[in-house]
Amino acid sequence: MIDVDIAQRIGRFALDVKFSVDAPVVGLFGPSGSGKTSVVNAIAGVQRPDRGTIRVNGEVLFDSVKRIDVRPEHRRVGYVFQDALLFPHLDVSANLTYGQRLRASSQRVIHEDHVVELLGLAALLDRRPRTLSGGERQRVAIGRALLAQPRILLMDEPLASLDQARKLEILDYIERLRDDLHIPIVYVSHSAEEVKRLADAVVLLSQGRCVAVGDVDALARCNTDS
Amino acid sequence: MFSLSPEELQILTLSLRVASVSVLASLPIAILVALLLARADFPGKTLVDALVHLPLVLPPVVVGFGLLALLGRRGPIGTVLDECCGIVFAFRWTGAAVASALMGFPLMVRAIRLSIEAIDRRYEIAARTLGGSSLWVFASITLPLALPGIVTGTLLSFARGLGEFGATITFVSNIPGETQTLPLAIYTFTQVPGGDAQAIRLSIVAVVLSVAALAGSEWLTRRASQAHRDDRR
Repeated sequence: MIDVDIAQRIGRFALDVKFSVDAPVVGLFGPSGSGKTSVVNAIAGVQRPDRGTIRVNGEVLFDSVKRIDVRPEHRRVGYVFQDALLFPHLDVSANLTYGQRLRASSQRVIHEDHVVELLGLAALLDRRPRTLSGGERQRVAIGRALLAQPRILLMDEPLASLDQARKLEILDYIERLRDDLHIPIVYVSHSAEEVKRLADAVVLLSQGRCVAVGDVDALARCNTDS
Repeated sequence: MFSLSPEELQILTLSLRVASVSVLASLPIAILVALLLARADFPGKTLVDALVHLPLVLPPVVVGFGLLALLGRRGPIGTVLDECCGIVFAFRWTGAAVASALMGFPLMVRAIRLSIEAIDRRYEIAARTLGGSSLWVFASITLPLALPGIVTGTLLSFARGLGEFGATITFVSNIPGETQTLPLAIYTFTQVPGGDAQAIRLSIVAVVLSVAALAGSEWLTRRASQAHRDDRR
């Protein structure tokens, strides 16, 4: 369950988004500049809204009235960025376990072996990020986020910098982890195709506002309406 | 075969000790100042920036004289340090280290600052979302990524320290065995009749040292930046 009700002014851009969804995969959909990244940044705690509340599975991560602002490192929100942002000075294995090491062992329910197998990373473990292809990087980035034991996974346009063949490959992997790990995913994209394939529910953003929330069919209707 | 006499060896080791201690002591402060200048916005930032660069533009004698006035036995800071902790810089090799640290400080801060500014901050954001506290992220991401600049800054400051003359001689004088570093010894030999041969020998030592420091810097920087090259296409 994800409850977001936030407002923020960034220069001339006004973000004012309110939605509440409960679905295994939530698609956050809208054109570039509609505020998708601002919303996931706020959920991850790396961008502070001017006011509002953010709750994930009932736990308050941000509440401007009660002055609650859980630090990003304590939110346990996994974040996969558009460019993988693998740490260039660490090899794949050290990248993968960066977050895992920082979690208490009682919190570790997702195990390295499992993630390596799920994302097909076994052959990459000793490699340096700069020697990886775009798709490989993105898989490592997903694994790294998962091993930090998140209770929710945010993916911000994870396929945007990949070619079509790679896109399909990564989509397969994302479907596998969706079916296997049962971690709610917020999937940000401006591609209706990706959102339709992955998401169970869709939040439609436009110019900093949430204009529709619904199941994937609703998205299809929205598209034909406009 | 070029072999060093005991006196020359003493001069050389003193020089190396002064330069090493000055670099090691100033490195943590330089990293902190570089981080502040690169990342923080605070009132008076321009002033701090100017102060840091001051030793680069001031005549070294003025820096030495300033140190003498502040840290000398009768100076306000020197008196306090002497009375509370028995620390004396005046006319000691430690004073020479302070002088060379100060003269090398702008070079060090500048190199580290540029290197910190070049880091994509999203690496740090990613590390935070993975569970790293800001301090841990600094230690595990920011510092290693700034390593090329830290290496360059350290070696620049070290080389600058080996060559330090004006501030050193003004602050701690030219005492053989205590404050007489390589440049001071060379200067001394040029001032006595028949000292040219000695001056030339020591000059050769200085040239070899400087070239070695530069080559070492090049090598380390290349290694560091190779290991840290950006992972994006």
